[in-house]
Amino acid sequence: MSSAFATRLARWMPRLAVAPGFALSFAFIYGLIAWNGVLSFSASRLLPNYEFVGLAQYVALFESERWHVALVNLGIFSFLFIGVGLALGLFLAILLDQKIRAEGALRTIYLYPMALSFIVTGTAWKWILNPGLGLEHLVRGWGFESFSFDWLVNPDRAIYTVVIAGVWQSAGFVMALFLAGLRGIDDAILKAAQIDGATLPRIYWRIVIPSLRPVFFSTLLVLAHISIKSFDLVMALTAGGPGFATDMPATFMYAMSFSRGQIGLGAASATIMLCTVAAIVVPYLYSELRGARR
Amino acid sequence: MTPTRTTTRALHIAAAATLFCASLAARAGEVEVLHYWTSGGEAKAASALKATLQGKGHSWKDFAVAGGGGDSAMTVLKSRVVSGNAPAAAQIKGPSIQEWGNEGVLANLDDVAKANNWDALLPKVVSDVMKHKGHYVAVPVNVHRVNWLWANPEALKKANAKMPTNWDEFFVTAEALKKAGLIAVAHGGQNWQDFTTFESVALGVGGADFYRKALVQLDAATIKGPTMLKVLTTFKKVKGYTDKNAPGRDWNLATAMVIRGEAGMQLMGDWAKGEFIAAGKAPGKDFLCAAAPGTANAFTFNIDSFAMFKIKNTANLQAQKDMAAAIMSPEFQETFNLNKGSIPARLNMDMAKFDDCAKLSSKDFVATAKGNTLVPSIAHGMAVSSAAEGAIKDVVSQFWNTDTMTPEQAMDRLVAAAKTK
Repeated sequence: MSSAFATRLARWMPRLAVAPGFALSFAFIYGLIAWNGVLSFSASRLLPNYEFVGLAQYVALFESERWHVALVNLGIFSFLFIGVGLALGLFLAILLDQKIRAEGALRTIYLYPMALSFIVTGTAWKWILNPGLGLEHLVRGWGFESFSFDWLVNPDRAIYTVVIAGVWQSAGFVMALFLAGLRGIDDAILKAAQIDGATLPRIYWRIVIPSLRPVFFSTLLVLAHISIKSFDLVMALTAGGPGFATDMPATFMYAMSFSRGQIGLGAASATIMLCTVAAIVVPYLYSELRGARR
Repeated sequence: MTPTRTTTRALHIAAAATLFCASLAARAGEVEVLHYWTSGGEAKAASALKATLQGKGHSWKDFAVAGGGGDSAMTVLKSRVVSGNAPAAAQIKGPSIQEWGNEGVLANLDDVAKANNWDALLPKVVSDVMKHKGHYVAVPVNVHRVNWLWANPEALKKANAKMPTNWDEFFVTAEALKKAGLIAVAHGGQNWQDFTTFESVALGVGGADFYRKALVQLDAATIKGPTMLKVLTTFKKVKGYTDKNAPGRDWNLATAMVIRGEAGMQLMGDWAKGEFIAAGKAPGKDFLCAAAPGTANAFTFNIDSFAMFKIKNTANLQAQKDMAAAIMSPEFQETFNLNKGSIPARLNMDMAKFDDCAKLSSKDFVATAKGNTLVPSIAHGMAVSSAAEGAIKDVVSQFWNTDTMTPEQAMDRLVAAAKTK
């Protein structure tokens, strides 16, 4: 074996090793995304077919009232889920960062919901929020007869119960990320600020939180795609009900494609979801990669 | 032993095995069946069918897909059909049979139908559902009646109320039950349950002709007419007699409320009877069954059936035809329906072994088939395409759940939903 061949082999070996995996994932991720795109321009009903109908499925999609409900729900849910999740997670992280006792135990308790699947979370909250079984029933049992918390069965409020369950599940995870970020901040800066006479809230507001920017971004990215893909939580908690008051794009897509024999319409809604995710992720990746090159 | 010799030996074994399997297949067929008969009574009935086929020398293979309430099974079925590897039979019903038929993947069963005289044994309304472009492609297993009212006699006695026969009486009874401190109507807030109630109201208030025009033919003028207004108002009035915890409740839990006497009545198809029977209750004594208010002379049917797919293997083809014939045999229809709470799809069956509710159902089935008041159930996928059905269900559930929505708004949305293609 010549040494030239050996160097060439050494150069090519890693690429050869990665190639099958790369080819597979390329075919099954991007290939299927492309196929879904093709289907969204077809007249597919029960089974896929390739009769080209142009933008008809997209027109039908945006004429559908249920899709509008799903989009509005996605807006409400994403905004609150990300906003409240970030705020609560940061708040918990700052409290835990005060060098308290039993921090490890508390951290585990707050982080634990993340270990559950959304199905379990949804089912548990479904019982907690059910007016006849859970919270309302309990408080009334204590003698507060007029207490009412029936959001779960109220079509105008049900989406907020999804937010409650979602935030409960993810706040601990956000807390852990921020806590790691806080631990990464150099103590010397904080000490210097204290010597300069800055109060603790001011130090957090002006120094600590701004230096957590990268953590903010990565957390935002994770929460954003969780909220756009949210399917199992809604299914377990409300199954899209009452009526279709808590329908989300993902549950809409599933219902259309797999139970109502409208694969074309489902594919169109999936494409819109992909575009939504891309609109968030692509600029972020672009800025990240550009930053790496600099 | 050299490597080459190992390979040749392996090849020999493989060839022998292939030949052996092929010879088995040539002697007897195999039917692969996609079904959801998993509960106790249904499983018993399925094994009866299996035994019948094994008696003819065929083997039975369950096409089981876990979870998803049938949706995931359908998804797997689609992928199998697209890849040219369809099972022999699958539990598909109503207009979905037509949808599959349009894809050109269903087998023609006309020879079996002719040999067994199906046209004479099935009411035309039923055989029309089983045919695609005039050819039999599916076999009916049973007939469920959807427009039933179930009640707990103890609860009625406590409230000093009687079993209602029309909607005015229904609300009198419901009011009395409410005053007695009971939940008047046990309901589960899922869209098909909302619609089961809705279609019983539509049939009771508007009659069979209105029902057909508005909900089967989806005629816009009828959907916006005065009768529909009355139907929607009555339907919404029922909601006042259900409890606040109904959203998301499963139907069998609602039935359990009637069984335990927490609730007085339930509007539900005759699969609810299976729950009563399983709880050791006797019809007429521990629970009452009657046609939903105002629908005594009509019948909304929900028929389970098996669609047969085109398959290539000739031995399996024979097994498939034998299965189709066995499903329509009086023995199987009796065994299966005794277990499931439904009635046989065949006309002129001996109903001696069935209970009073089933006898009433059977009598009405024959009478309504003659009187043209036998109508398909929309809630259970018997009347319109799955896309339109879903859209209409959405509107009805929304109207049920949204107190600010007027019947007029609901009618406009129904017209829009009915246009879903």
